[in-house]
Amino acid sequence: MKKCLVVDDSKVIRKVACHMLETLDFSVEEAGDGSEAIEILKQEVPDVVLLDWNMPVMDGMEFLHALKALALENLPKVIFCTTENDADQIRRAMDAGADEYIMKPFDRETLQSKVELVQNGDHCGQQA
Amino acid sequence: MQVNPASLSVLSSLLEARTGQRLSEGRHWRVEMVLKPILKAHDIASCDELIAQLAAPGSGPLCNETIDALLNNETYFFRDSDAFADLFRRIENTAERRQDTKKIRIWSAGCSTGQEIFSLAMMFRENAERWRDWSIELLGTDISHTAVNRARLGDFSQFEIQRGLPTRLMLRCFDQCGTRWQVKEMVRQTVRFRCHNVLEAPPPGPWDFVLCRNVLLYFPDVNRSAALRNISTVLAPDGGLILGAGETVLGYTDRFEILPGARSLYRLVSGELRQISSAA
Repeated sequence: MKKCLVVDDSKVIRKVACHMLETLDFSVEEAGDGSEAIEILKQEVPDVVLLDWNMPVMDGMEFLHALKALALENLPKVIFCTTENDADQIRRAMDAGADEYIMKPFDRETLQSKVELVQNGDHCGQQA
Repeated sequence: MQVNPASLSVLSSLLEARTGQRLSEGRHWRVEMVLKPILKAHDIASCDELIAQLAAPGSGPLCNETIDALLNNETYFFRDSDAFADLFRRIENTAERRQDTKKIRIWSAGCSTGQEIFSLAMMFRENAERWRDWSIELLGTDISHTAVNRARLGDFSQFEIQRGLPTRLMLRCFDQCGTRWQVKEMVRQTVRFRCHNVLEAPPPGPWDFVLCRNVLLYFPDVNRSAALRNISTVLAPDGGLILGAGETVLGYTDRFEILPGARSLYRLVSGELRQISSAA
């Protein structure tokens, strides 16, 4: 079973995302901010990280930098999932190392399609 | 609002008469949902009252609106990504045989709001250098005027833009306009759209590929056969027909056969072979 780490400071969002991911046959772990997520990653690397942007302690962008610093052999695929819906912000996140991006609000179909994209690769792998 | 069986029967007859599509039992659940906005917009109290109004003289526009609402416009970018990857490999193979004309023609029949044909347009655009000397004709057709008008605008909501479309590709091919996303002119200008029912005379061929995915499933058997017959008359002799993952030609026509090793991709059976098969 594939594993996903859901990183969001909102319990409600975590609950909704976890439920959706479970219906997509993922086993799911949760973290309330980037720092908690890094500690979990040190123990075990999931296949996918669903990452909020604005969080206390360590936000999504800081998490991406910390993830790089871990120099893991196998990096998880990172899907940003945030209310930051401006094209420039999205570009910034992708340039910082995110593999995909979801604008909130989102539904199960959107999440499924993004998870499939990071797992199977997209159709046009060039950089934005 | 409750849609009673008699009303459903009238709506089903109307839909079939106007489009050839059938309101199967599996689609009954969405009737109430799709008609609600029409009832609200026209201040109509119930579905029964709507049907009474549809029978009155001068109800043409309301009738068109009702039919349009009953059509299923469900689609998304790169739907069934494996099929897209396979299609592009097949397009490359076809291109090898088109070195003399340097022309590729692709028809998306039942294109809805355009995500399928725009997905192809973006793939050609992403490989612009590869296709620099080529004439790539991309046509999207749909029976729904509303869907075709939306496709022409190339304007998508946040929900629509996120389904199936890689983010980097979205950033390269779309402009953000508030909460909506507009396909860039460089992509939009490569696709034409027009209103058309696959049961009518098809757009003049030959087409190298016809995508008719998740369209036939809404037709009764006799109309599936008619649609496939129409497509067969305009498909290039070495062309490919792509159906939805759950669709087949079996039982509806002897003009197509599945391409060996392919999923949901069909080729024409040569006339000679068809005669032998019919005689057997």
